[in-house]
Amino acid sequence: MTRQMTGAKMVIQALKDQGVEVVFGYPGGAVLPIYDEVFQQNDIRHILVRHEQGAIHAAEGYARSTGKPGVVLVTSGPGATNVVTGIVDALMDSIPIVVLSGQVPTFMIGSDAFQEGDTVGITRPCTKMNWLVKETDKLAETIHQAFHVATSGRPGPVLVDIPKDVQFATGTYCEKPKAKTDHYAPRVKGDPEMITKLVELMETAERPVFYTGGGVINSGPGASHLLREWVEATGFPVTSTLMGLGAYPASGKSWLGMLGMHGTYQANWAMHDCDLMINIGARFDDRITGRINAFSPDSKKAHIDIDPSSINKVIHTDVPIVGDVGHVLEDALKIWKSRGRKVNREAIARWWKQIEEWKAVNCLAYKPSATSIRPQHAIARLEALTKGMDRYITTEVGQHQMWAAQYLGFEDPNRWMTSGGLGTMGYGLPASVGVQIAHPDALVINVAGEASWLMNMQEMGTAMQYRAPVKQFILNNERLGMVRQWQELLHGERYSSSWSESLPDFVKLADAFGCKGIRCDNEADLDDAIREMLAYDGPVIFDCLVEKHENCFPMIPSGNAHNQMLLGEAETQGVIGASGAVLV
Amino acid sequence: MSALQIKKGSSKHSAYDLRDPNAELIETHTLAVSVDNESGVLARVIGLFSARGYNIDSLTVAEVDHLGHRSRITVVTSGTPQVITQIKAQLERMVVVHEVHDLTVEGPSVQRELALFKVKGRGEARIEALRLAEIFRANVVDSTLESFVFEMTGTPEKVDAFAELMRPLGLVEVARTGVAALARGA
Repeated sequence: MTRQMTGAKMVIQALKDQGVEVVFGYPGGAVLPIYDEVFQQNDIRHILVRHEQGAIHAAEGYARSTGKPGVVLVTSGPGATNVVTGIVDALMDSIPIVVLSGQVPTFMIGSDAFQEGDTVGITRPCTKMNWLVKETDKLAETIHQAFHVATSGRPGPVLVDIPKDVQFATGTYCEKPKAKTDHYAPRVKGDPEMITKLVELMETAERPVFYTGGGVINSGPGASHLLREWVEATGFPVTSTLMGLGAYPASGKSWLGMLGMHGTYQANWAMHDCDLMINIGARFDDRITGRINAFSPDSKKAHIDIDPSSINKVIHTDVPIVGDVGHVLEDALKIWKSRGRKVNREAIARWWKQIEEWKAVNCLAYKPSATSIRPQHAIARLEALTKGMDRYITTEVGQHQMWAAQYLGFEDPNRWMTSGGLGTMGYGLPASVGVQIAHPDALVINVAGEASWLMNMQEMGTAMQYRAPVKQFILNNERLGMVRQWQELLHGERYSSSWSESLPDFVKLADAFGCKGIRCDNEADLDDAIREMLAYDGPVIFDCLVEKHENCFPMIPSGNAHNQMLLGEAETQGVIGASGAVLV
Repeated sequence: MSALQIKKGSSKHSAYDLRDPNAELIETHTLAVSVDNESGVLARVIGLFSARGYNIDSLTVAEVDHLGHRSRITVVTSGTPQVITQIKAQLERMVVVHEVHDLTVEGPSVQRELALFKVKGRGEARIEALRLAEIFRANVVDSTLESFVFEMTGTPEKVDAFAELMRPLGLVEVARTGVAALARGA
């Protein structure tokens, strides 16, 4: 039986068939027919944001915390261009996002019509795939394909641009199972020969380390489970990128903490001194490697990644394994067990002894302050007071983000939503709304800096409208903290435009939005203030006034290697040479 | 020069450009890329090259299978072996790309390019141009009393060589199609 319906109706039907429950969006002229259909049904919930950028970050938060694709609906022209930042963000962090954008009618395309933009042209380099649908008959199949591409292989954003006349016209609906999707089928099973080679190396390795990334999270909870089993069985130490936090629990005995530019001393030294590096779903990002020609000089490197182009892109790999992390781990574990579960216990014990020495440096220690709240302390107290709760954390971008990664412990995957690759300030607040929509009863906290938070603060309106009780925990140092830190280290303490002047009164702002505002400016009151935030049944803006000139350590200065970390203020004089200063 | 000793206009200060550019040999490879024949596909492929800073030495594209809805892009590119491998991996993961063949490493291949040359001249030069065209098996496809248009098919090297010879004889314009290539044998 073929079903005839309008393009607008097809959009809703296709979303239903894809199991979509929530759409984040903002209406406008070119999507009115679709919004008319949204109005006439109750299966799909539409969340009206305050700015399209908020819609896509909310969808990202939704996607990262559920593992399901996030869906965005926006109008043509400015509606579409406003989601571009979020599309790039989702591309960099491999987040499945389906953007549906309205377009001027087909007969007006190219005429510089009102609110016309070349949306597929603009988003071509930043989507996994995009489509301009010119016939209603092809609309449903295209949307099904879009979901398939967004969620298959390495996940990412896709966009379907739908002209208004295509929404109005009637056509034949293509049922989900009939949509042609087999032309895009990335390989998920790893090469058994390569997996065996990895297992062989693991059996004899003396100083191994697991280096895990967002690929473990993206592969689903099963992959995290397998990772944990393997880590426990082998006794190998494990570190993770920013994106991979929670795949292995922070309370686990083999946990070294995050690695990279602001990673722990033990994690970075383990990476530098190891003889076998097992990269699982990470991509040798420049925040991780530091200086490439000094990166882990004496190790054999294995790399498990579903994206073949990630292999050998930056770092030469001895054992490349293309495949889905979950599938590869399952096979690897099977092979390792069948060969007798061998590891070099004696050497591993020696390796751990060395690691314990690095741990003893206690790199995350910070000096207490008598006069102000140390930002690290604020996060540490937040961690202590929310331990064991059903907790989801989002962040903005900057120092607070790194402190959150350092001082919060993540026990499970999908609990940590942060903009890693693109580093999008303004991500955290809308993302927290998206997470809360997906998990209405959970505790959702956005750890923010005041400057980032202001970039999308209009989304407090969305939080209020949908009664999303998100907690905005703002570390307010009245500075663009990370910019200020780099200017201190690299630019002769000339603080060009890196302070926040004319800040709003955040408590009054909370009042204006109709939510709760809390201000705290001394450590003695901090615990009570955090408890007050947690106890409040609704959104909270928490203005935590912290030390203004705190720097984020440890830090690997640009252009340096893992074994050249700075641990504190005393070591910062002249550490970055001219060649390092030009790096990002 | 700035305080950081970066030459004006230099692009050598990206985090990805720390390696010595002369450390590895630059190779030239011919890639045959089978893609869906749909609007935007060429923009997608060449956008990848410009976004990631890869070279395009030559590019041809045309539909080769109307029913199968396929086009073939032949692209000649150059880079270090690592960059060439990366280009192939980046192409292969695109949704519109079905197959990527590196004709340079997959065995012997035939490479041909079509070119048109407009040569203006009188007297000895004009006779010499005609004589050389015969040697190169170029056809005269247009003629006036003071000009020829030659048509020639051959490898890019042969086209280059012919253009060099024509230059002192009054070459005024060249149009080249770029390389079309197929693997030898079946």
